[in-house]
Amino acid sequence: MQLSREALLRAYRQMKVIREFEERLHTEIQTGEIAGFTHLYCGQEAVAVGVCEHLDTADKIVSTHRGHGHCLAKGCDLDGMMKEIWGSREGLCKGKGGSMHIADVDQGMLGANGIVGGGAPIAVGAALAAKLDGQGKVSIAFSGDGACNQGTTFEAMNMAVVTQAPAIFVFENNHYSEHTGVDYAVGTQQDIASRAEAFGMKVWRADGTDFFAVHDTMREVLDHVRAGQGPAAVEFDTERFFGHFEGDPQRYRGPGEVDRLRATRDCLTKFRESVTAAKLLDGGDLDAIDAEVMQAIEAAVQAARAAPRPTADDVLADVYIAY
Amino acid sequence: MAKMMYRDAVVSTIAEEMERDANVVVLGEDVVGGMGTAGGPEAIGGIWSTSTGLYGKFGKDRVIDTPISESAIIGAASGLALAGKRPIAELMFADFIGVSLDQIWNQMGKFRYMFGGKTRCPAVIRMAYGAGYNAAAQHSQSVHQMLTGMPGLKVVMPSTPADVKGLLRAAIRDDDPVIFLEHKALYGVTGEVPDDPDFVIPFGHARLSRAGEDVTIVSSGLLLGFCEQVADKLAAEGIGCDVIDLRSTSPLDEEAILDSVEVTGRLVVVDEAPPRCSLATDICALVANKAFASLKAPPQAVTPPHTPVPFARELESAYLPSADKIEAAVRKLLAWR
Repeated sequence: MQLSREALLRAYRQMKVIREFEERLHTEIQTGEIAGFTHLYCGQEAVAVGVCEHLDTADKIVSTHRGHGHCLAKGCDLDGMMKEIWGSREGLCKGKGGSMHIADVDQGMLGANGIVGGGAPIAVGAALAAKLDGQGKVSIAFSGDGACNQGTTFEAMNMAVVTQAPAIFVFENNHYSEHTGVDYAVGTQQDIASRAEAFGMKVWRADGTDFFAVHDTMREVLDHVRAGQGPAAVEFDTERFFGHFEGDPQRYRGPGEVDRLRATRDCLTKFRESVTAAKLLDGGDLDAIDAEVMQAIEAAVQAARAAPRPTADDVLADVYIAY
Repeated sequence: MAKMMYRDAVVSTIAEEMERDANVVVLGEDVVGGMGTAGGPEAIGGIWSTSTGLYGKFGKDRVIDTPISESAIIGAASGLALAGKRPIAELMFADFIGVSLDQIWNQMGKFRYMFGGKTRCPAVIRMAYGAGYNAAAQHSQSVHQMLTGMPGLKVVMPSTPADVKGLLRAAIRDDDPVIFLEHKALYGVTGEVPDDPDFVIPFGHARLSRAGEDVTIVSSGLLLGFCEQVADKLAAEGIGCDVIDLRSTSPLDEEAILDSVEVTGRLVVVDEAPPRCSLATDICALVANKAFASLKAPPQAVTPPHTPVPFARELESAYLPSADKIEAAVRKLLAWR
């Protein structure tokens, strides 16, 4: 299905925001200004955006430790996220959560997650709630190839099938479970979708670096699930441009691997080439978005730097009782 | 004696014991690292560099790199142990114990007693614990209080490289499950370590790291260093503190604590876990029960508040026990009445 000009511009902008958000964090983290552990989503933007462009705020998603892209794609506020990562009391989680725990339930974003495999069961619960509400809404568990080896993920898939919950398991296979190759860690020879299929779900597979492949696939997946035909799973073949966490020396990479991935598997480049070749958008449209996004990121960083810091008293906020 | 870092004491002790006993095996996520990648095995050697070189020396059958599957890692450690091996399982972060709790609590910890004493389960579970890195609620926790409360587990918390050496060797040679808690902020700390290949520190024997007659401070792990700082500062004012490093929280060296409090009459327990149903309250209760007549003031606990570990720098600093908070607790005791 051909997307409208507005939809194309919006999709590109969403991917670009994620890309520049992550590139800027990569730079800022070197200075030591940002505390904690940060796991960048750079390279996987087409998955988050290709999935979330189909959703509204009543649809739910559950994310991972590599969650910034999912958060932004699902509508979390850019400034609020940047402030959270900076640890401000004006951050989306008031500085309590940081990079690994960004959440905005009002946007249907039920949380990034520091525990690999922690999210899929939660997504099943949200899917059961959607089934009870009967409005055709869905719940999506984003998982990496690492999380597909956790028992929680297996249990969630089976329970979704048994209860016919409108859950979608989106597996982003970026080929690395932290520092270990998917060939080693996943016994089914890189094929994660076949596992989901074995649980009794309909499954899809697509190139996760191609926004249009992701978007078209998700339309089919969502038609299936929203029609009440049970849960589904989709495996996207994608790439991680940075390390497992910021500071990872990435000695497990081959020579020139990241350069090659950036040259041949960059979803933003592919999108630009595709829409300009088809004359759907021209380069100027995209350049204008690039410039606008860079300004938005700069403004978000400046706002995060200037935002008020939490105080010792804030430690005891949002507890039901203080000891 | 050799000088070495806390993390090197971990890896050298494992290597020595693997050399000595072919039944000792290592398993965990990225303990080799780089398996199935272009960079190849040993690209990591554990994210804390606590298994560096083991794969090259002992091979893939004894240094088992696992998928991210904490339940299966711990369960497999139990199975290995029941079948005659001596596994050393690693949980990358102590927080991941949540994923594997059944295999620790309902399985590993219960076999010896539940099977009528007919079997032992000689497994070690190593894990990196503790806050200080702004790693937030799921990568910063101190989990010893929960584990100390579970019958069937031994729980060890070394505070120096020498104690790593002696306690980890004791753990590997022990015939029961041992939880071995390594504080992230101690990995880079350097200290003297005995060369004796049979240097073992038996569990349940606390170490007196500072001696004094006015106040007893009980702690372990990273916070012990803060307690020592306070004791040294107060010593200059003529206030003497016994600083007791528990080394193991189960078994607990009750005698060392009670003997000290009988002299000082004042107790401060300093612990990184939250305050309720904790090691701190446990030791305060112990002293209230068994050294009541010696007490000159109510026992004090210095712990974080009853909240998850917060992310932002200001919040985590306010959350954690500090030298200032320990000093304030000591002075409060001295000023009592």
